[in-house]
Amino acid sequence: MEYVVEMLNIRKEFPGIVANDNITVQLKKGEIHALLGENGAGKSTLMNVLFGLYQPEKGEIRVNGKAVKITDPNVANDLGIGMVHQHFMLVEPFTVTQNIVLGKEPTNKFGKIDIARARKEIQELSDRYGLKVDPDAKISDISVGMQQRVEILKTLYRGADVLIFDEPTAVLTPQEITELMEIMRSLTKEGKSIILITHKLKEILETCHRCTVIRKGKGIGTVDVAETDANELASLMVGREVSFKTEKTKATPKQSILEINNLYVRDSRKVDLVKGLDLNVRAGEIVGIAGVDGNGQTELIEAITGLRKVREGKVMLNSKDITNHSPRKVTEAGVGHIPQDRHKHGLVLDYSIGENIVLQTYYKKPYSKAKVLNYKEIFQKAEKLIKEYDVRTPSVHTKARALSGGNQQKAIIGREVDRSPDLLIAVQPTRGLDVGAIEFIHKKLIEERDKGKAVLLVSFELDEIMNVSDRIAVMFDGKIVASRTPEETNEQELGLLMAGSKTEKAGDKE
Amino acid sequence: MSNKVFNIIVPVISVILGLIAGAIIMLLSGHNPISGYAALWNGAFGDSYTIGETVRRITPLMLTGLAIAFAFRTGLFNIGAEGQVIVGWLAAVCVGLYIDAPMYIHLPLAIIAGALAGALWAFVPGILKAKLGVHEVIVTIMMNYIALYSVNEIIRTVLTDGETTSATIAPTASLASEWLQSITFYSRIHYGFLIALFAAVLMWFIIDRTSIGYELKSVGFNPHASKYAGMNVNRNIVLSLVISGSFAGLAGVMEGLGTYGNISVMGGFTNLGFDGIAVALLGANNPLGVVLAAILFGTLKEGAGEMPTSAGVPTELVDIIIALIILFVASGYIIRWAILRFKKEEK
Ligand SMILES: Nc1ncnc2c1ncn2[C@@H]1O[C@H](COP(=O)(O)OP(=O)(O)OP(=O)(O)O)[C@@H](O)[C@H]1O
Ligand SMILES: [Mg+2]
Repeated sequence: MEYVVEMLNIRKEFPGIVANDNITVQLKKGEIHALLGENGAGKSTLMNVLFGLYQPEKGEIRVNGKAVKITDPNVANDLGIGMVHQHFMLVEPFTVTQNIVLGKEPTNKFGKIDIARARKEIQELSDRYGLKVDPDAKISDISVGMQQRVEILKTLYRGADVLIFDEPTAVLTPQEITELMEIMRSLTKEGKSIILITHKLKEILETCHRCTVIRKGKGIGTVDVAETDANELASLMVGREVSFKTEKTKATPKQSILEINNLYVRDSRKVDLVKGLDLNVRAGEIVGIAGVDGNGQTELIEAITGLRKVREGKVMLNSKDITNHSPRKVTEAGVGHIPQDRHKHGLVLDYSIGENIVLQTYYKKPYSKAKVLNYKEIFQKAEKLIKEYDVRTPSVHTKARALSGGNQQKAIIGREVDRSPDLLIAVQPTRGLDVGAIEFIHKKLIEERDKGKAVLLVSFELDEIMNVSDRIAVMFDGKIVASRTPEETNEQELGLLMAGSKTEKAGDKE
Repeated sequence: MSNKVFNIIVPVISVILGLIAGAIIMLLSGHNPISGYAALWNGAFGDSYTIGETVRRITPLMLTGLAIAFAFRTGLFNIGAEGQVIVGWLAAVCVGLYIDAPMYIHLPLAIIAGALAGALWAFVPGILKAKLGVHEVIVTIMMNYIALYSVNEIIRTVLTDGETTSATIAPTASLASEWLQSITFYSRIHYGFLIALFAAVLMWFIIDRTSIGYELKSVGFNPHASKYAGMNVNRNIVLSLVISGSFAGLAGVMEGLGTYGNISVMGGFTNLGFDGIAVALLGANNPLGVVLAAILFGTLKEGAGEMPTSAGVPTELVDIIIALIILFVASGYIIRWAILRFKKEEK
């Protein structure tokens, strides 16, 4: 069997760190090849080497058996290699068609861009691979899932035969993930080959043919997916046994910490997305909000944390009214927030990790005195946190931008949990984390609970909700429609409730 | 090689390339580059008088460079330094003319008035950006014209009776120094350069050492994360422009209380504000870099005056050299790329 792409003994260094140390990956024609490894193992770096964004220090890349030098992404494109990045690279005010042809616009004989022809070609491509997109929609108006399909079409339009996906499912809802897996299968049927980076073992087991494991920059080996299971994959990648079931004792909830009454919140288009919501979180319990994305979860969290105006209703923290208080006041009242979008809200990417660790506390002692910063204290604190939370970075002076996605997330979680707020709001806290890190973060959330803090968890993954929560609040159409304990429900029932259908239990709201 | 090293190497190489290009241009146009540069050097440092004049030329450039660098560091582009210089100049001269007080009150008061006027002029674009999202570049450009024409009108109608130059300020408000002048053959050097150097230290301190600077930079880098972290994004935008504007206002003070001791109707912009953009760019928005860049540009501009008389080279040549240096700095990434390439080949 011939290989379409071979990366042989690749080595790539960054200042202070060897990101890839002698890694070999061989991709067969028509296969879906998984790349698995802990956060910061070097997966994105390796793929950026293949896509020509980085030059390797050592090693050889072969495409269809021929040794090649991929000096920039244009060379990669010409060799038929396309990449769907974890953070999309689309021009928001442009339409789908304009984005896809950007840089490779078809022209008519007068040199004018022939949008009609482009549109037709895109339609054909999308029909052929089952990629449903609206060629005329603006990027800013379409869902994340569709934006991703646009990215895929972009690579296909440029004639890619090898597609690289860097954590494509981290931003998708479960439904969109199923669709994406379907799309990948149909791509391989048409003779395309795919490299998939993901932390979700289930996706690897269900769709991939082979899997290459990387640990701390070193290649551990390649396994046939048919001959392995989740436990083996996890221990290959972490180097120890990983437990998938979170151990915890029964919760002993006490006084109520967060109380929300009849809350109404509007989105940016002035439509109510939270519509008369009631919610209560007590000290010493973890309440998980289950719901399909877009049912008002984002607006709810932003309203609690002061990032968005409350139109009507009340938010009480420790029996004090914090409705429409500024984010600073809400934070000082005792709320911690692990935000959904780590690049938009969670980090100042151009600040060092140390500076990011004090993002909410920089103005307080000991980090500042009479408005003068004490960098020694700041970096000492950061050193402590990156050790405790296993944030892998060359140093605390490294820019947040240079950290791997998962390590950025761990830094945010460390910052928020370390303040030990009375109410910890965690939105998709384990997005993009490896299984080992997920286990660790879940433990931390439970530790906070056991210290008598209240934890509000928002997640689109039912596994996580079922595993970690003491109580599950189902959110649908801007309201909490049902409340269950994990013991008395199951994924089927939650799925139904999240879709808006009613099951028979007293106290459910419509 | 780290970014820091590049930030030093790129401007240095750009300056060298700019001077070489200047020499080539002189050669091509039939001048002797050696005598051209010798004239430039003499024009800037030939005797104590020219040294004094060079220092006074550098002083306001330093301040406008700092003004623009400060705004840049917090993600804002203050093209309005020009207008802020003009209103700062006017305010300082007004205090110098119309207030009667002993020097230890009068001089600080006049200086502060100039800084405040610049700050106020920058406050307008700041508040418009914060409240209505109007881009600061557009508003600051318009504020430049408003400053120019209204100040001219004020000079004609309020400060004088239809004349083009105001009276001279009271000696109690003057930055001029008998002593400095006497050791420089009565050049127009004044104490203002101390203020400019102090401003550079102040900018470094605010930006790199205080929680105020931490907030300002954070808002410039990522307003969403800053809001999430509890910072007041709008207030910081306004604050950044106000601080930037007061630096530019001080540059006007240098002219009003130092160099000229009065204010005249202007036929066009002083260009101090626009040159400040070049200074900030060459100085990589770093206070020390700005000081050095201002020294370089001030020297070039002062020395240029000597070139036509003793070497027959037109003064415009210096403008070309400065423009080329800026071009090279702006294309710094090409130099960066070339160096990296070079290092790769070596391996
Ligand atoms: N541009 C860069 N400059 C410096 N260091 C970098 C850079 N990019 C990545 N690194 C470092 O290289 C290592 C590997 O990072 P990489 O992004 O490849 O990890 P990853 O396996 O994709 O992790 P994740 O699952 O968290 O996305 C990390 O330690 C990271 O800090
Ligand atoms: Mg990655």
